[in-house]
Parts: sequence; C-alpha cells; structure tokens
Amino acid sequence: MKVLLCHKAEVLEEYKIMSKEIIKIEELKRDFTMGSETVHALKGISYSITEGEFVTIMGSSGSGKSTMLNILGCLDQPTSGTYEIDGVRVKDLNKNELATIRNEKIGFIFQSYNLLARTSAIENVELPLLYNSKVSTEERRERAVKALKMVGLGERLHHTPSQLSGGQQQRVAIARSLVNNPVMILADEATGNLDTRTSYEIMSLFQELNQQGITITFVTHEPDIATFSSRTIVLKDGNIIKDYKNENIQDAAEHLANLPKEDH
Amino acid sequence: MRLLNLLKIAFKAIVLNKMRTLLTMLGIIIGVASVIAMLAIGEGSKESIRSTISSMGSNMIAIKPGADIRGGVRRSREDMETLTLKDYEAIKSQASLLSYITPSVDGGGQVINGANNWPSTIYGVNPDYLNIKVWDLQSGSMFTDAEVKSAAKVAVIGQTIVENVFPDGTDPVGQMMRFNNIPFKVIGVLEEKGESTSGQDQDDIVIAPYTTVQKRILAIDHLMEIMASAISEDQAQNAVDEVSAILRVSHKLNETDDDDFHVRSMEELISTFSSTSEMLTLLLVAVASISLLIGGIGIMNIMYVSVKERTKEIGLRMAVGGKGSDILMQFLIEAILISVTGGVLGVILGLGATFFIEKFLNWPTSVALYSIVISFAVCAITGIFFGWYPARKASALDPITALRYE
Repeated sequence: MKVLLCHKAEVLEEYKIMSKEIIKIEELKRDFTMGSETVHALKGISYSITEGEFVTIMGSSGSGKSTMLNILGCLDQPTSGTYEIDGVRVKDLNKNELATIRNEKIGFIFQSYNLLARTSAIENVELPLLYNSKVSTEERRERAVKALKMVGLGERLHHTPSQLSGGQQQRVAIARSLVNNPVMILADEATGNLDTRTSYEIMSLFQELNQQGITITFVTHEPDIATFSSRTIVLKDGNIIKDYKNENIQDAAEHLANLPKEDH
Repeated sequence: MRLLNLLKIAFKAIVLNKMRTLLTMLGIIIGVASVIAMLAIGEGSKESIRSTISSMGSNMIAIKPGADIRGGVRRSREDMETLTLKDYEAIKSQASLLSYITPSVDGGGQVINGANNWPSTIYGVNPDYLNIKVWDLQSGSMFTDAEVKSAAKVAVIGQTIVENVFPDGTDPVGQMMRFNNIPFKVIGVLEEKGESTSGQDQDDIVIAPYTTVQKRILAIDHLMEIMASAISEDQAQNAVDEVSAILRVSHKLNETDDDDFHVRSMEELISTFSSTSEMLTLLLVAVASISLLIGGIGIMNIMYVSVKERTKEIGLRMAVGGKGSDILMQFLIEAILISVTGGVLGVILGLGATFFIEKFLNWPTSVALYSIVISFAVCAITGIFFGWYPARKASALDPITALRYE
C-alpha cells in the first residue's frame, strides 16, 4: 500500500515536470539580407515545446526549416520575436553565452554524424564535456561510458568511426548529444544517411530515450519519420501551416520487427 | 583543468598527423639547430682567440714611444728616442700593479754558425721577459741580472734558430754562434711556441741581455719598448693607467699635453679580436635566424591548411559549446606545441652537430647556455606569432557555415 502511494507521488511529480515548457517561441522572425533583397525566412512563428515531447519539424526545402533549426540550436539569433530555452531568453545573449547554452542545454545530432575522425567513440562522446570546466576528468569518462551504454555501444568504447557502421556512428553521435544531460535533443535529418532498417533502429532508440523523459526535436523532410513522434509541426514559406498531436504514434521497434529478414 | 583539456586536444591533433607535423617541425628543428651550432662556432672561435692571447701573456702590457712631430716632420715611433732606461727605472720603482718588467730593444741580423746562417731578430731584454711572455726553456738556462749588468755575450735561442743554425741535432747549449759579427754563447733553448695570431713565427728569435744588444749591436742608449705584466688580468687596465701616470711625470708633460707614448694592454687586443669574431657570429646567427623564420612560415602554412581542413570539426566543436576563445587556444597551443617540440629536437640536433664539428672538423666550439635559452624563446614566440593568424581565423568562423562546410 505504502509502495503504491510512493509510486503515485512519483507519477504526480513526473507529470508536473512534464508540463514544464522547454521551448517558448513567440512571433519569431528571421530576415536575411542578400544584396539589396531581404528574404523573410521565418515570418512570425509562435509555438512552445513542453518537457518530454517528441516533436518533428517538417517542411520542404525553402520552408524555413533549417533557419528554425539554427535558431533552436542557438547557432543563430532571431531578427525579432522571442525565443526562450529552459527559461533563458536567447535574444540578449552574446556569442560566448550562446556557446554555454549550446554546451549545457542542447544535444546536437547531425545527418552526417560529424564525429571526429580517428578518434575513439568514448573520446567523441566526451567532447561536449571538455568544454564544460565544471566536469572533472573522471566524471567526464564516467558519463561518456554511461551515455554509450544507453545507446547500446557499451562494448565499443574504443572503436574509431571508421571501425563502426553508419548506424553505430549515429548512435555514438546520439550518446554525444546525451552526455551533457541537455534539456532537449536537436536532431537534424538524423536518419537521412541511413537505410530503412537502420533508420528504424535509430528511431526506436529515440522513442526509448523519449520514454525516459528526454525532450526531442527532430527536423526532417521525411513524412514517415514524423509518424514515430508525438507531435508534428509543418513549416511552409516561413509559416507554420500545421501543428498537430500525433494520435497514432507508430512503434519503431515494431516496424523493425516487421521488416523482411535480411540474408546473412 | 581547462588548459589541460586544450593541451590534450592539441596533442591529439598533432599525434593524428604525425608525418605532417614532423615535416612542419623540420623547419624549426633545422632553424634552431643551426642557430645553436653557429653560436657555438662563434663562441668557440672567440674563446680560442682569447686563449691564444692568454698564452701570449694576457696580462702583458706594452709601452712604446708615441709618434711625434719633430721639426715639422711626422716620424714613425721607431725613430723616437723618447723611451729611456730612466723611464724603465721610474716605472719599476713606482708601479705597484706590475709583477714583471723589462726594457726591450730589437734589431735584425744574420745568425751564423759555421756554414749555417739564418736571418733573424735579436731581442734585448732582462730575465723577466720569459715570465712576461709566459715562455719556458726547453734546455739550458736564462741569463742572469749579473749578465745583464756586465753586458755579457750570452743568448737564448728559439726553435727555428735551432733547426736552421744547428741542424746536426747536437744540443746548441754551450756552443758558440755569431749574430752579425758579434759572437754569442748559447746558454738556453726556448720551448716551441708556434705561430702568433698574426701568422708570425714566434720561434724565430734570439734573446740576449738588453745591455749587450744596445751596446754591441744597435749602438743606442734609448729603449724601443718596455714590456711588463700586470699582477692580474683584471688589473691590466689599472696598471695601464698607473704606468701612464708615471710616464707623464717622468716625461714632464703638462696637463694639456698629449701622451708621447703608448701604453697598451692585451685586453685591448683581445677585445679587438673578440669584436671581429662577434661580428662573424652575428652574421652566422643572422643566416641561421632566416632559416628559423622560414620554419615559422612553415608552421603558419600548415596551421592554415589545418584550419581549412578541419572547418567542419571547428563547426562541431562550436556547436557542442566550444567558444571562439577555446578554438583560438586550441590552434594556438597546437602551433606552439609544434614549434616547442621542434625547438627541443632542434636543440638536441644542434648539440649533436656541434659535437660533430668539434670532434671531426676540429673547429673550436663552445655551447653557450644563452644560445639554447634564446633559440628556445624564439621558438615559442615563433609558434605564437605564426600560429596566431590561422587560429584567429578558425575562431572567427561562423558555426553554421563551418558545420555545413564540405
């Protein structure tokens, strides 16, 4: 009985955390000046993402998707409007403060993995912590091992990228994005370079991580990737044209199981 | 902690590009090695000059009559008869900083022994001469003060005279020979001294009491030179001043009169020679420095390529939280690591080369600690100077562009 109460309290606690807004965007605009012409890449967008969500941002090229990603990742600043991440207004920050935000609050995953060549998996994963002076050498190693274990690469700590398959490399990249305990993982076409099977494996991993409470924003142009997420935002010509909760979330692990068996 | 991480990153980058790094270092290695070797050669020759002069008696002081105008004709100092025995006695009795002193006169002539003869120079001195010149006898003995007083016809001869005038290998000591027409009894033979720095054969010499040379050969009563040695090398300059003061009194010179004599210490000669060899050293170092500069440009070149090549990596580092200053430091430390490692290897190579030069080419060398310190400092500065621009460029990259760079 007591155990049950405890459990209930935990669930309540979890619910409270889950309602916390990680990303808050209001009337966000981003203009680029190309010669005498001004391009409005984002034309006043507002949305927010709460903790524990798995959001896909979709759109064809030219929709403002990449601009959105750069701003979400604190690599770029909006022209007007506000962007808050984990309660911090990004607009007023200088370059170094932006770097700190990226270091402490965001985990990046790229289409082409962007691992350091000829560098072991564990050293690749340790990279973000190298730029965080609060983390000691021992803690850094410990957290990197833990992150690699989370993505199922506990046995390949010392493999270099060239000794790993594409899927495994992306797993290393995911471990790298997790190692600094970010408030949000930001993935840019993370499955773009992978075959269907491996894509499902990676999506399954993302779903697993999401179930552990990690907020994920996934930028993609592939519609079937969006079916694995809990919410989809569709951009077109710098505006949100659709923003909907996914009622029928597909299970990537299930899809993986249903794939025809490969010949070995 | 922070610096340690940066060092680790830079070290990693260097290790990942061993061959390229080594080739880049080569410029620095050669530069530093040549600076060290050149300085060692320069220092070595300077020291060898100093020791050569030392062996001539580095605390030696030479007093010569000064050139003067007589009857409107400027005459050479050899013609001056202003230096006399009175001066010698005045200095000998008053000077406190001199340990030895001798009058000196000399004249050319033919040394004759039977059918053998040889043109040479006879030096008239007193027994102090050998102490002043730091010269030892091979056999026999030096003449005495008594023999000086009596103007005895005795002589001490150098090795060249022995070879040419007594070629049959018998001991010349005790034998008779003639200088021009004057018979001399050989009472001693000098040790071989070799050539002087100016290439003069120092063994081509006959030494006799100055009284004998004055009276019987030159028929003069003035002195051509007074030689002395200061009590120590450090006191040489003070001794020069002291002697000058004594001579001014002895020559009754007014305060406004110029000296009518010259007093010179070997120290002046040493510094003249040293400055010549310093000039040479400077030249050698200038050449070596150019190779160091070229090495530095090599570093800049490779760092520039490295930044270009690793643009995407820089983008990633920035994306995961690397600040501009972190990137700057990373590349700067990499450049400094390359140049300092190159410097260490260069020092080792330079010392090796110096050893080789000394051992196999028989050149005098001397490695000065300052040359190592300087070339090392120059190395680190080279690293910072030539690493700065590429590093600055890397740190100023826009993370978005850098990430998308292919």
